[in-house]
Amino acid sequence: MAERTSFVRPYRAMLGARVRAQSSYRASFGLDLVTSLLIGLVELAEVWVLYRSVDGIGGLDLTTALLVFGLADTAFSIADLLVGHLDTLPQYLRAGTFDVFCLRPQPLLAQLITSDISLRRVSRVMVGLTVLTGALIANHVPLTPGSVLLVLLSLLSGTAISTGTFVAASGAQFFLVDAAEMTNSVVYGGRYASTQPGSVWNRPLIALFGFTVPMAFAGYLPTLTLLGLPAPWHLPTWAGWLAPVAALWTGGLAWLSWRTGTRHYQGGGG
Amino acid sequence: MRARVWFRIHRRMFLAGWRRGSRYRAAALGGLVANATFGFLKASILVAAVHAGGGSIGGYDTASIAAYTWLSQALLGSVNLSGRSDLATRMKDGSIAVDLLRPVDLQTVTTAQEVGRALFALLPRAVPLILLGMLVGGMRLPVDPVTLGLGVVSVVSGVTLSFLTVYLVAVAGFWMLETRGLQTAYMILSGFLAGLFVPVTLFPAWLLAVARATPFPSMLQTPIDVLSGRLSGIPAAQAVLVQLAWIAGTLAVGQLVTRAGRRRLEVQGG
Repeated sequence: MAERTSFVRPYRAMLGARVRAQSSYRASFGLDLVTSLLIGLVELAEVWVLYRSVDGIGGLDLTTALLVFGLADTAFSIADLLVGHLDTLPQYLRAGTFDVFCLRPQPLLAQLITSDISLRRVSRVMVGLTVLTGALIANHVPLTPGSVLLVLLSLLSGTAISTGTFVAASGAQFFLVDAAEMTNSVVYGGRYASTQPGSVWNRPLIALFGFTVPMAFAGYLPTLTLLGLPAPWHLPTWAGWLAPVAALWTGGLAWLSWRTGTRHYQGGGG
Repeated sequence: MRARVWFRIHRRMFLAGWRRGSRYRAAALGGLVANATFGFLKASILVAAVHAGGGSIGGYDTASIAAYTWLSQALLGSVNLSGRSDLATRMKDGSIAVDLLRPVDLQTVTTAQEVGRALFALLPRAVPLILLGMLVGGMRLPVDPVTLGLGVVSVVSGVTLSFLTVYLVAVAGFWMLETRGLQTAYMILSGFLAGLFVPVTLFPAWLLAVARATPFPSMLQTPIDVLSGRLSGIPAAQAVLVQLAWIAGTLAVGQLVTRAGRRRLEVQGG
């Protein structure tokens, strides 16, 4: 318990400071919120433009696709809000400033996660939640304990899966410093994959985004379960309920990658 | 300035950019992996959309939509859709004062250098992706030299146009202390309107009209359409003429803005 409070208290203090700092420049913060909102809307527009021109793709029509988008995008946006700034790790590594984190008596990952929180990303979460709410209504998802639980479980697991990919990618940065885009393909490619119907994928993509980096469990498979639609890849109709398993798997990968990365790190000199 | 001297300076700057691009091998590999991942994901959903549309959607069939996907990923490393530039950084930290002391044209010299760097990126990024698209993606390229020649002109024009437009974003810094907001706006709009996510021909009519009123489709959609042979003969030549008109326009606006901006410029410190 003592350890828990020692982590939560500094986090709360830091978060408070961030909120005050970022909202004190009102105009700039407002602009940030608006641009972040626009990014969310353009992503939504991509889905809309594609699905409006045909009846359905890979077994999803526009309404169903929006449910997948709502679930997956909300989860990714929350993860991005919490740990998206881990992307800056290569800059710390290159500049040697990462060593400062190593000197402090706090877990490295906890320090990095609390080093910055971009509140502007809140508006992308709002876009995701709005689409999700609208899509739940449009798809006539019944308001039963089962469906509510599945939506919550899928959001939580989806957030954990995305958070896991951010952390796993960061662990790889210790080896890849200059090739950050390689891990971006997993993190942001994963974001894109999570909003797609997995049924259109070929075998390598199923292996990668279906099971290794299990993005299909963030939105696509829970949607199929919610609507009682058949699942692909010989999975049962209730496959959506397996989202927490996918989250645990990603958590394990993230832990392994981060541990390997930090043990490999040898300092920036100086 | 005599034409020969002008030509020599710009060739030197172009080659300097080209050599600079050749230095970041790991980064190029990272970009290649990211582009390939997105290529597979995008190809899977767009090909499924073509099948859903009964073999054709927005004038694309399976082979041409595959070409569209792989060429857009291939050109992404060279066409600047991020709005970022070294010039913007130099405007902000004041080193622009040194650039302006040189007896050369800021706009054309900067563009020559950036285009040099961007065209180098075609070697490590575009060539492998085009090969990948032809080997596993089912894309075809036209073999007749006229179409290919026109395609090459169109690619170089698209790359050049993207930098001339990003130049305008950067030199807005003569008036604004912070151009980050403008750069983000450029980034959000350019990818979508250039046809990076979905071909602009799939847009509803009003959105297509909006896109065509901007230079963005000339940066990516046009080079892809000309190079893939989707446009050929007179329509292809017309599309290239539209590109050249945008280049002439952005060049002229850039000259005017730079001239006005020089009078506004106030560099702090000393």
